[in-house]
Amino acid sequence: MYKHKDLLGLKGLAAEELIFLLDTARPMKEVISRPIKKVPTLRGRTVMNLFYENSTRTRGSFELAAKYLSADCVNISSSSSSVAKGESLYDTARTIQAQGADVIVLRHPMAGAPHMLAKAVKAAVINAGDGAHEHPTQALLDLFTVREQRGKIAGLTVTIIGDILHSRVARSNIWGFTTLGAEVRVCGPPTLMPVELTQTGARVFYRIEEALEGADVVMMLRIQAERQQQGLFPGLREYSRLYGLNRERLSLAKPDVLVMHPGPVNRGVELGHDTADGPESVIEEQVTNGVAVRMALLYLLTGGGAHNEADY
Amino acid sequence: MPVLREKNRIIDQDGIRRALTRIAHEIIERNKGTDNLVLIGIRRRGVPLARRLADNIKEIEGSQVPVGVLDITLYRDDLSTLGYQPIVRQTEVNFSIEGKKVVLVDDVLYTGRTTRAAMDAIMDLGRPQNIQLAALIDRGHRELPIRADYVGKNVPTARLELVEVRLVEFDGVDEVVIMEKT
Repeated sequence: MYKHKDLLGLKGLAAEELIFLLDTARPMKEVISRPIKKVPTLRGRTVMNLFYENSTRTRGSFELAAKYLSADCVNISSSSSSVAKGESLYDTARTIQAQGADVIVLRHPMAGAPHMLAKAVKAAVINAGDGAHEHPTQALLDLFTVREQRGKIAGLTVTIIGDILHSRVARSNIWGFTTLGAEVRVCGPPTLMPVELTQTGARVFYRIEEALEGADVVMMLRIQAERQQQGLFPGLREYSRLYGLNRERLSLAKPDVLVMHPGPVNRGVELGHDTADGPESVIEEQVTNGVAVRMALLYLLTGGGAHNEADY
Repeated sequence: MPVLREKNRIIDQDGIRRALTRIAHEIIERNKGTDNLVLIGIRRRGVPLARRLADNIKEIEGSQVPVGVLDITLYRDDLSTLGYQPIVRQTEVNFSIEGKKVVLVDDVLYTGRTTRAAMDAIMDLGRPQNIQLAALIDRGHRELPIRADYVGKNVPTARLELVEVRLVEFDGVDEVVIMEKT
């Protein structure tokens, strides 16, 4: 059961709510595996993608999810809209709502922007990434992928490697995986490791070899060059030498380990060709599952998601 | 929630068994055998009924007919007015229905709206040669121009009544009862 108006983050969601979202994504994946990828479910509903940051896969994924469910979908990016004329987020959102949006998908560089918006509008708000705070749909598709591949999440060891400090993907995944009973390890340079992280229940490592020991899932994060202006980062070559995933390091993990990456991959930095395209890699599967998970969310958020087995 | 009271039991275990045996014979007769025939059960109680029909057909004709599972939730016509979203479950049709004779199987035929949704769902999976409908109970009160090709029992009902099909697979017992709102 999922009874919230919005999806703002995975922090605070109960295990049953996460499982329900993941269960709903399974039949959606069946729909996108068909030759005709279209169901009439959300006819007459409108989804607005409001993106204040660049994105290809998340925005495309939401757009496809909306269209596969027969909703109408409009994309607004900050560079080509009235945002460039100085309109505030609040006014832009009210305008979008007045045009009849049922769901607003928001990506914004400021943490908390979707939370502010959710209070201001009646439409359902989905956080598609807010600053370094949360990226809940990415974590849901990661959870879905691991659950589909392994049949469970509880009891698995999940290692997240990279720039944890700036990563909203890491934060949402820490909440999601720990809520469902996995052990989460995070690993990265000390300058890119926030001190408060131990309070989330994740274990902190600074040596990649120790973090990989016996891992069931290895999640590599993208080094975000656009967020490395503060001198916290030693340089790409040194980073790659200390924290890049090669085959030798990967052999420390479980033999059936899954290699994941939220994309886009910096080849030769966090992953080499041999690990990005290796047999352990489920990176493309993650992208497919992203559409299914977002279809499930759009479906549930347009109706309130209450449980009912009423006669039909 | 209105309280439901059991009014009377209209079919027992033997009755369901006999009805399904007869329907299996009718399906074979109408289709002159089992060539190109597939059964698709509508979730939830149409699914065990479709499996039982397939077992009966195998006993009579000796050939196994493919059985699929259809969830029609994404095709309902009341999603925008409902105020909540019903739970979506998996559709499992692991065979091509292109050019096949599809027998839809449901427990109760009532307004016809489920059947309409199921036909739309089938069409999205491929283009069958034809679609037929089998229902264990036809209780009347159609809201769409739909009729069943195979019926276990016609049961005249009032709108306030509810026909409940109970099957061993879900309910531990095989019977059909009429429930009355009190």
